Amino acid sequence: MFASTPAIAVRNLSYSYLDRRALDGVSFSVTEGEIFGLLGPNGGGKSTLFRILSTLLPVQTGTVSIGEFDVTKQQRAVRGLLGVTFQSPSLDRKLTVRENLQHQGVLYGIPKAELQARIVSNLTALGVADRADQLVGKLSGGLQRRVEIAKSLLHRPRILLLDEPSTGLDPGAILELWSHLRELRKQMSLTILVSTHLLNEAENCDRLAILHLGRLVALDTPSSLRSSVGGDCLTIQSHDAGQLAILANDITSRLGVSVQKVGDVLRIERGNGLDLLRDIMSEFGSSITSVTLGKPTLSDVFVQRTGQTLSAAE
Amino acid sequence: MPATEKDSQPGLFRPAWTLAQRELIRFFRQRSRVIGAFGQPLLFWILFGAGLKNSFQAPDWSQMLGRPLSYQEYFFPGVAVMIVLFTAIFSTISIIEDRKEGFLQGVLVSPVSRLAIVLGKLTGGMCLSLIQAGIFLALAPLMGIQANLLQWSAIFGFLALLAFTLTALGFVMAWPLDSTQGYHALMIMLLMPMWLLSGAFFPGGESGWLSWLMRLNPLTYGVAALRRLLYWDYPLPVSAGLPSMGVSLLVTVIFASTCIGLSVALVSRQSERNVR
Repeated sequence: MFASTPAIAVRNLSYSYLDRRALDGVSFSVTEGEIFGLLGPNGGGKSTLFRILSTLLPVQTGTVSIGEFDVTKQQRAVRGLLGVTFQSPSLDRKLTVRENLQHQGVLYGIPKAELQARIVSNLTALGVADRADQLVGKLSGGLQRRVEIAKSLLHRPRILLLDEPSTGLDPGAILELWSHLRELRKQMSLTILVSTHLLNEAENCDRLAILHLGRLVALDTPSSLRSSVGGDCLTIQSHDAGQLAILANDITSRLGVSVQKVGDVLRIERGNGLDLLRDIMSEFGSSITSVTLGKPTLSDVFVQRTGQTLSAAE
Repeated sequence: MPATEKDSQPGLFRPAWTLAQRELIRFFRQRSRVIGAFGQPLLFWILFGAGLKNSFQAPDWSQMLGRPLSYQEYFFPGVAVMIVLFTAIFSTISIIEDRKEGFLQGVLVSPVSRLAIVLGKLTGGMCLSLIQAGIFLALAPLMGIQANLLQWSAIFGFLALLAFTLTALGFVMAWPLDSTQGYHALMIMLLMPMWLLSGAFFPGGESGWLSWLMRLNPLTYGVAALRRLLYWDYPLPVSAGLPSMGVSLLVTVIFASTCIGLSVALVSRQSERNVR
């Protein structure tokens, strides 16, 4: 393989279900060893993209390659490179943890002599070795999730696809999971593609692709995305939500700044937010309930690119 | 990307066997299944055997046996086939469950060949069929049916083929469905009539529309082959309800290949049906 070959290359990919278009001309590529995030609301297209990458859905238009293989023409080779962790568990609940991993090992062609040792080391790495002989159905959601990840890493894939990894995990477990993923990336130069609708999870990625209504609306590192928004971000709430539009107009005409109305709040991006905050409070203080001044977050990036908040878009 | 390690090929038989083992383990961990696939045919045999005893008119070929053919004895291979059929249904209905529970998507994204996925299911169904039909067939001496070791080997060899066939048929029916209710409807409208019209339950006569339905039914040839193997030593004549051994085997092999081919084609197709 060549260093110039991206781990994942998606070109001009579109996908339609019978009743709607889920992906619309999406292009991006993921570099080897990168942690790449697909951020977007549910229904934004990331699940469809995830399923095409994992070979469950066909490519309708465009091309997708994984490593040096084409996902349409070389399915089997692609499947061998990938480890896939689904959001909905793919474990057999009526089998024990060990039995599940044994089947997985055989399906991925792991030699018999190595399999048991690999199962133990994978379960140990995810902190579930003591559960090996319990039925999966008896484990808590968080433990099942870890077994699921141990299962998808068993054959040492070059690329790991993770769908909503934090589902069902408590905050401590999420932190542990991410430190484990970074460790794996370092040890085995694993490329990781994560799909998520959670902003704090997206912060863990080297680069982020934001998907909205099937289109790629942003693609950059989290920090570049944040700084693309502007210096500061002001969020204004009014006690009379019906007057928000009028208030927005007044602020624009008197202070000469552009104001975005997002749901029940007004948003202003500004190089120096503190001066603006003072001006707004002295001019419009009476009709304002609260003003928050903050550095832009990924949430602000999403709002700026789509005109909607991440939660409202779902 | 730098090469990490040599890509290992999962092969065909090892993954097929691991999937079959999973079927067996699941079966024995669910007691209700064990009772359902075996108990009902046994009950049918006892109750129908007793109830239809007096109204049963033995087919002409039974004269070759040199003793009267009771309904219970006539029905005996039919019940064995019913056990195989029910086991096939129970084994393949789990495709729908596997898809709902998410296990299937994990198998589909693995580099294993689609044929191995089908063979795994079929082998699992076949093993379960052989175990259950074997227990039932142990009652054969009670019916006055005697068989030597070679004959038993032939009987089990054929049952394995038949179980493979019927599980593949169930596979083709279950794969496109997304609810077990849909499968139940197919079972009642298609699989049960197929069994009823196979000569398993009653001889269909030599003429008339019923005999033609039986001739067109591929399962007729499965029941006939089993019947002929049970009466190995008797040269039973060929009739509409009892085709020759050669034809029976040929039809069953063609039926099996068709169903397996269709199963593999269905599994190979990427579809929204398979995602959760």
